[in-house]
Amino acid sequence: MAANETDSRVTALLELHEIGKRFGGVEAVAGLTFTVGEGEIVGLIGPNGAGKSTAFDLINGVRLPDRGRVVFRGEDITGMMPCDVVRRGLARTHQIVQPLATMSVLENCMVGACFGREDLSLQAGETVAREVADLVGLRDRLAEPASQLTIAGKKRLELARALCARPSLLLLDEVLAGLNPTEVQRMIEVVRTLRDCGISILMIEHLMQAIMGLSDRIVVLSSGRKLAEGPRAVVAANPAVIEAYLGDASLAGVAHRRA
Amino acid sequence: MRAAEVVRRPTPWLIAAAVLAFALLPLQGNDVGLREDLLLAAVYIILATNLNLMIGYAGYVNFGNIVFFGLGGYVCVWLVNAHAWPLFAAALLAGAVVSVLALCFGFGILRLRGAYFALATIGVNEGVKAFVANFSPWGGSTGIYLSITAYQPLGGPASALWTIYFLLVAVMALSLALSYAVKNSKFGLGLRAIGQNEDAALVLGVPTRRYKAMAYSASAFLPAMAGALFFFKSAFIQPDDAYDLVLSTEAIVAVMLGGQGTIVGPLLGAFLYEELRGTLLTTKAFSNFQLVIAGLLLLVIVQFVPGGLMGWVHRRWPRTKRILE
Repeated sequence: MAANETDSRVTALLELHEIGKRFGGVEAVAGLTFTVGEGEIVGLIGPNGAGKSTAFDLINGVRLPDRGRVVFRGEDITGMMPCDVVRRGLARTHQIVQPLATMSVLENCMVGACFGREDLSLQAGETVAREVADLVGLRDRLAEPASQLTIAGKKRLELARALCARPSLLLLDEVLAGLNPTEVQRMIEVVRTLRDCGISILMIEHLMQAIMGLSDRIVVLSSGRKLAEGPRAVVAANPAVIEAYLGDASLAGVAHRRA
Repeated sequence: MRAAEVVRRPTPWLIAAAVLAFALLPLQGNDVGLREDLLLAAVYIILATNLNLMIGYAGYVNFGNIVFFGLGGYVCVWLVNAHAWPLFAAALLAGAVVSVLALCFGFGILRLRGAYFALATIGVNEGVKAFVANFSPWGGSTGIYLSITAYQPLGGPASALWTIYFLLVAVMALSLALSYAVKNSKFGLGLRAIGQNEDAALVLGVPTRRYKAMAYSASAFLPAMAGALFFFKSAFIQPDDAYDLVLSTEAIVAVMLGGQGTIVGPLLGAFLYEELRGTLLTTKAFSNFQLVIAGLLLLVIVQFVPGGLMGWVHRRWPRTKRILE
């Protein structure tokens, strides 16, 4: 099967082993296991509240998992501080944009570059920041305060800052949400460029068309558990996945035929 | 070319001009009155400029910042009085000791944020005050008095007062230089990121816990030296004067008045505030009213011009933002 071929060909960059996190009575992430290979784009999908963002938080150390291990490049990074995780080359963006509001776009990017994997000086950080701003299309906005960007601009800034860290793995949390179709198209092109640059990507996305088009492999989450995993065609045809998204699978089939 | 450089980056030159003015003006005609006035202004500038590292850069309101000043004073006066240390060495050690203590406190209380952090800093100040008031080697609640012989190594009281003044101006110059260096460094970039959004800064790779503790510790060194010099000059120190929350609050007013997060702002704010305070204190109608005015001033600034004087200037003339730091 195609999935197995992919798995054996690539070496795992990120491995999650049975990670779990409980908030009071709710197990937001319940023993999640999957891998992201070198050079892969993996899509993480699932209904609202499935635990996708929490999974990101557990990976990059924003939250401490109750159980399980996170292994990045062969090193156990479970429970490591986020600043140490990004130093190792694992950067992320936020679903809800977090601009450093009164600092300029350039300064925002410089923070990413100076405290990223390469631990750059201010001057070197500025060079990287300008390069990356070019790549994501923020070149004309460098001097503006981050707060003055549009929502699309802020999404780009999230991506730019993460890229400035020169990561080998990028966690993208809904970078397409809230963008208009033209902006979505441009952002997708940026993501493709990144993959061509050799950056592996794990992305959460609700725009099915986009994520199906971009991902090599899809992991489906529901109620904190992995529902399915595999190449997009296989996952899209999985009755359990359809049920999680649309309710009863047979009804979904009916709806599909009618349309 | 030199002139162009001054116009492009005037901040260091403004700082140098201010320091020179402080150093030279009282020398003209041996003006002791002006010297005493400027000495107090220098103390306010030192407190405000160092406090700005926390409030303006890292975004942490240190309400109990005066604890550094008081502790520095105690360490110095005690070393001079009980162990006959020379002033300079005692002041330097005071700075170092208080800075190390601040690093330890910092790692503890900097886990707190916002109002909780502000409350904890008041707690640190009150805790240290209570400890010192019951610490007999430091004279308990009566404090320590220096004998007049303490001024002999500096050529007697009259000449000692000049020496102390110039040392304070030097500490002020170092404070401004520190503020400038931090603002234009990677450390400063990280601190400002923390001040804007600490969670985002951490995810971007800023070692927030270490940076905050370092800033807290760095903001303690020079105020402690200022306290050392100030209380050596007073010749006595007691807990109520050393750990005076009023002075703490006044330093915050000075920072907010001038413009938090800028280098020139706290310098300007502290100078103006001290002058205003002096005028109010010497005007009969206002002499008991000075703190009410300070409080009102803070309210008005926070409500209407949160960026202070510098923030207002930057908003009015956006071009100045890049040159006037």
